[in-house]
Amino acid sequence: MTDDGAAVVAAVEAVAERIEDERSYLTELDSAIGDADHGGNMARGWAAAADAARDLDEPDAQTVCKTVGKTLMAEVGGASGPLFGGSLVFASAELDGGVTPESAVAFAETYLEKVEDRGDARVGDQTVVDALTPAVHTFKKSIETDDRPPLEALAKAVDAAERGVAFTVPIRAKKGRASYLGWRSVGHQDPGATSVLYILEELLAVAADRLDAEIPDVDATSPTIPDEGEEAADATAPDPEDD
Amino acid sequence: MKKLINDPDDVVDEMLDGMTAAYPDRLRRLPDTQVVVRDDAPVDGKVALVTGGGSGHEPTHAGYIGDGMLDGAAAGDVFSSPTADEFEALIGACDAGDGVLAIIKNYEGDVMNFETAIELAEMEGVEVESVVVNDDVAVEDSLYTSGRRGVCGTILVHKAAGAKAAQGADLSEVKRVAEKVIDNVGTMGTALTSCVTPEKGEPTFDLGDDEIELGIGIHGEPGTERTELMSADEITDALTETVLDDLDLDPGQEVLTVVNGMGGTPQMELFVVNRRLQELLGEHDLETWDAWVGDYMTSLDMMGASITVCAVDDELKELLGAPADTPALTTT
Repeated sequence: MTDDGAAVVAAVEAVAERIEDERSYLTELDSAIGDADHGGNMARGWAAAADAARDLDEPDAQTVCKTVGKTLMAEVGGASGPLFGGSLVFASAELDGGVTPESAVAFAETYLEKVEDRGDARVGDQTVVDALTPAVHTFKKSIETDDRPPLEALAKAVDAAERGVAFTVPIRAKKGRASYLGWRSVGHQDPGATSVLYILEELLAVAADRLDAEIPDVDATSPTIPDEGEEAADATAPDPEDD
Repeated sequence: MKKLINDPDDVVDEMLDGMTAAYPDRLRRLPDTQVVVRDDAPVDGKVALVTGGGSGHEPTHAGYIGDGMLDGAAAGDVFSSPTADEFEALIGACDAGDGVLAIIKNYEGDVMNFETAIELAEMEGVEVESVVVNDDVAVEDSLYTSGRRGVCGTILVHKAAGAKAAQGADLSEVKRVAEKVIDNVGTMGTALTSCVTPEKGEPTFDLGDDEIELGIGIHGEPGTERTELMSADEITDALTETVLDDLDLDPGQEVLTVVNGMGGTPQMELFVVNRRLQELLGEHDLETWDAWVGDYMTSLDMMGASITVCAVDDELKELLGAPADTPALTTT
């Protein structure tokens, strides 16, 4: 197995465990605005995905992602199957040459694009897109514009996703089952966006673990402030190696 | 609730086996899937028509597989979309190289799973087009919801597009006909009782003995309005007027009507509704070209009915009246 492949398998196992831990909370979020099946469907899907990933013989990262995507597509059902799984199948093509900062950005962008297209959703619709978009944009900027180390870029993406999840609470759903509730959807945290955050948090934890590094503390920085904050951002987001 | 069900987890699987056993020379189930296709699929020299959705709407979907209608259908669990891999298997099994038209009812799960499957099939070189049916006039089509639902009007899309495909038309022509039906059809339904899903075993929503729901979908979800029980004529008026308001037809327009039972309604009552429907169309100066009455798109054991009106021109009359030979619908 390539190192990249092994890392992705470890990440999938971590996600499966995390989603299982959060299963009832996700279902609770979904019962307020949907049909109360998000936690169960996701837990079942990720458990099957982790099994499928473990069964692969010496896979590379692309193969693991594609297999996990296909498994989620077949097992999760509803809208989450194509959103979480289908998008992964398509985005996995970007990892053709292994996982590099550049291919990771391309992967994230394709994933976001597929989710947006499939759900016909944009930021502000109270969906997974609200967590995914700031995470992907922050990751891309951190790598391409700010030239940050990948782990720090991922930490910033997680921070951005967290803000995105919080953003789903005060807005009104325009897509998904919650949209039929109209104004009654206001005040509820989107379960799908919450799952996105859990997945990203586990990716970060596994990445840090494999690099044998601490998770960078980026909590105090705003993920969306443009470039002139460069120095200030540096000051508040120290390189973990400096500690 | 008393049911002829062995185990809720097995109900779709057992239903599909029973269905293919009833029509062994017409229907075939793809191994390890909930996909049913024509026994002779893929049919050479013809655009393939495929559809699918949750189970519980029988005879939709597999009941309309056959000459002049569908080539195959994917069955999801009760009221749940089939998964994308099932749709992908369906498309693969029905494509004979002349392209595939996917007929999707407007429910987010159905749309997303089907679209994912279509994109995957296209990567394999299959030519696929899709249409989304959204005939339910009870739901406002606005920026703030996922739009009108696809309900009983879907059958007319299967019929007209299926006839067009049977004539040997190409994919773009078959799709054009499907869209023509979608543009000209509206449906509104009512529930006198909730349905009972196998999983839950009790009514999905509570409805008093003197109450009905207007504007229901087909998944046992509550409607847009709950009112006190009215007479059959009054209910028929309420449903029909809403549909006609939405369609806004010119006087003298010819229409096809469907009075559809929701699964637990006696035929006697459906004909009572049809009687008033036809009177009402006369009052609106509309001309009935054909009137269908029966269970076409059901919601398990729900008592209730939907009324569908479709404006027809010469082309649609030819196609809707063309021969079809399927387990649930035969026209000669």
